[in-house]
Amino acid sequence: MKAVLAENLVKRYGDKRSHTEALKEVSFEVKQGELFGIIGPDGAGKTSLFRILTTLLLPDGGNATVDGYDVVKDFKSIRKRVGYMPGRFSLYQDLSVAENLEFFATIFETSIEENYELIKDIYSQIEPFKDRKAGKLSGGMKQKLALSCALIHRPSVLFLDEPTTGVDAVSRMEFWDMLQGLKKQGITILVSTPYMDEASLCDRVALIQTGNILSINSPENIISNFGRSLVAVRSNKMFDLLKDLKYFEGTEDVYAFGEYHHLVLKNSSSLAEVKEFLSARHFDSEATMVTPGIEDCFIALMKSS
Amino acid sequence: MKQFISFVKKEFYHIGRDRRTLFILLVMPIVQIIIFGFALTNEVKNSSIAVLDQANDVGTRSIIAELDASNYFTVQKNLNSYKEVESEFKKGKIKMVIVFPQNFATDIKHFNKAQIQFITDASDPNLANTMNSYASNIIMDYQNRINQDLKLPYRIKTEYRMLYNAQLKGAYSFVPGVMSMVLMLICTMMTAITIVKEKELGTMEVMLVSPVQPLKIVIAKAVPYLLLSTINITTILLLSVFVLDVPINGSIILLVSEAILFTLTSLALGLLISTVTDSQQTAMFISLTGMFLPTVMLSGFMFPIENMPLPLQIISNIVPAKWFYFIVKSVMIKGVGLASVWRETLILVAMTGFFLLLSIKKFKIRLA
Amino acid sequence: MSESVIITNELTKRFSNFTAVDAISFEVKKGEIFGFLGANGAGKTTAMRMLCGLSIPTSGRASVAGFDVYKQTEDIKRSIGYMSQKFSLYEDLTVKENMQFYGGIYGMSNKAIKQKTDYVLNTLHLENEAKKLVRSLPLGWKQKLAFSVAIFHEPSIVFLDEPTGGVDPVTRREFWNLIYEAAENGITIFVTTHYMDEAEYCNRVSIMVDGKIEALDSPTRLKQIFEAESMGEVFLKLARKAVRSE
Repeated sequence: MKAVLAENLVKRYGDKRSHTEALKEVSFEVKQGELFGIIGPDGAGKTSLFRILTTLLLPDGGNATVDGYDVVKDFKSIRKRVGYMPGRFSLYQDLSVAENLEFFATIFETSIEENYELIKDIYSQIEPFKDRKAGKLSGGMKQKLALSCALIHRPSVLFLDEPTTGVDAVSRMEFWDMLQGLKKQGITILVSTPYMDEASLCDRVALIQTGNILSINSPENIISNFGRSLVAVRSNKMFDLLKDLKYFEGTEDVYAFGEYHHLVLKNSSSLAEVKEFLSARHFDSEATMVTPGIEDCFIALMKSS
Repeated sequence: MKQFISFVKKEFYHIGRDRRTLFILLVMPIVQIIIFGFALTNEVKNSSIAVLDQANDVGTRSIIAELDASNYFTVQKNLNSYKEVESEFKKGKIKMVIVFPQNFATDIKHFNKAQIQFITDASDPNLANTMNSYASNIIMDYQNRINQDLKLPYRIKTEYRMLYNAQLKGAYSFVPGVMSMVLMLICTMMTAITIVKEKELGTMEVMLVSPVQPLKIVIAKAVPYLLLSTINITTILLLSVFVLDVPINGSIILLVSEAILFTLTSLALGLLISTVTDSQQTAMFISLTGMFLPTVMLSGFMFPIENMPLPLQIISNIVPAKWFYFIVKSVMIKGVGLASVWRETLILVAMTGFFLLLSIKKFKIRLA
Repeated sequence: MSESVIITNELTKRFSNFTAVDAISFEVKKGEIFGFLGANGAGKTTAMRMLCGLSIPTSGRASVAGFDVYKQTEDIKRSIGYMSQKFSLYEDLTVKENMQFYGGIYGMSNKAIKQKTDYVLNTLHLENEAKKLVRSLPLGWKQKLAFSVAIFHEPSIVFLDEPTGGVDPVTRREFWNLIYEAAENGITIFVTTHYMDEAEYCNRVSIMVDGKIEALDSPTRLKQIFEAESMGEVFLKLARKAVRSE
């Protein structure tokens, strides 16, 4: 049985005259125990998708199951077995860390002791502050508390909607380490994120943009499907370099990428031709072939769709 | 059940930790009772009046002395003609002029009845009204005393006499009024706001994706406010009896049960508002304009319903506070039992049931 | 690239017993793209608020666009632009109305507002959207528009607080093109971001840890100093030393 199965999910907002389609026939499946990433910018439809799967919204078309239960008909069964962490911090700010956790344990008809093993690694980091009000915690600690609360009933599927948005790089790394730990305990995890670099930490990812899935695959396969040569170029005058490269005839696409510009080559072109083109105006430049990242793939898929 | 208890516990934490709101909720009724009790009463004390005594006989002089002796009036001036009346009023100090006709004594002697005219500065109509009735009362008392010694009673024509409120205390009408206002404010507004707050915070989202039944969430929210209201009912009643000297003439148990019934009505209304709104602002706005204002304006507590135009009189029937106000007035002041207020009680019960059913029907188990 | 538009000297902000910003000193040159990095709670927001004239420092000195952060906060506000991820435009006003509004609050003449509006609509290819509510635009367009509005009155410095959060990779790059253009026109850019690749686009980058500036140099130099492959690595090496958080 699939942990999550979505078939042609459609979600529309607004009235009949002017509506936007947040999801346009989205289909995918997640296997038991998988760490599945939904990667896309804001407005891609990630939150709508998560809300349908957690039975908070009704789809306008298609169907979906979680743990074999239908998200519309069997919403009560789903609510008993999933864990959900919405995008914004949604714990009681005026309750202490311990009170929040205890409260969530009770409403899921369990106790902290019963599932302490599962949350131990995460909760033990904030346990020293257990009498502090949740509203007074730092961003990273709030996140750990929210995750502990979402896990307290040992859910079979865990939905995390943009857990790392607005969080600094250090806390993001820590958070992904926690997810790897949970995966080892056999929990299926669906996580959404706008950060492309987080894709490589998932088993499989779905790249999503304006309600369409661009690609579903393992991060490695997505990269190997890139199918073109990618050159990293840099010089002392980066902005001029970018403008100039647009006129190079072997350029399919060129864009800034950290300290380099990434140049996607047409099949007819080669690195040697790039170097020759650059020697004229950017004699101090360097150009090397590089392996594309998920972000390169996302840009390519976005532009071709 | 354990879920429910832990929910209620959480609500108490929320309320207990928001000290400022809690303070306001507990102190507000006290402040209101005191403001209404001492500052805003229509009570008349040693008001300056003038007399135009065209008869100037034993009878009229003793009536004047009687008025002057009362705590309510001080006779400041003796006027000589009608012309002076208006100029006195314009000066502003004299609020009332008592006019005795020339043939006052003869009228009593020959016809066994006489007339006294009260001319009152009605720029403050409430005050004028009160003064009129006070003066009538004093004259009535005087007349009764005189009549005891006579075989053929004579009559001085007076307008009316106040029933049930012989001491003419303003407190009688606003104690029930403040009670309905406070309960409406705490139960309706606070319940609506606390539920909507969870929607705003996003915690409702997490609650919905949990096995807990939504109805439990909502009812658990109401419990602490029910308790808080009971405290407030007690404070108001204690203050009324011991500070404002307004006695409870009817059964206390009946009075308190009716108050709790009204609390439930208000809670149900609060739930209903929370199911149809998504922001705390809207919830507050609806509670204030939709519930609180009608409570003040249309319950009969500030303005008598009988004096309103017919459409407003009809509308006032859907204001729960109107019925509650009537019940409290009847039980507390007239001292009647359930037999006299069962109809109004039934109306409140029906309203509560209706609001509850509607909010259960409207409660969303999903986000949109 | 000679005159300094932001100069801070031992700038400090204390809240009762907590030092949010601890004696930071740096200069930003005219036309520079200055990256202002730091983990959550490092003191970035507080520092930025002081530079924008929204918060009076506890001690130290600073001038922005030649104005003193203690006494001339109103002058500072007039000569800077500000854009954050959370709030920038009024969603229930149209594209054009937003521009008119911002032009108006900065006291621009009607003629100047009109010219500038046409120019922005033209460069962003938003001519057909001028009368649409901002709410109806895709996020990427909103962010680009917000930036254009922030530099609408041609300030000497623009402060960008995580301007590209959640934006798709293509739009993110279009956004940075706008930043480059503005910098070429002499507008100084002061930007915070959580995207480490964007740190590479800056001329110089400062990294705050626990209220202090722990590193300040060009991305290339920083990578050499910290023997790191990328700015992300530099950031992690520094930020891991942090004791406090938010």
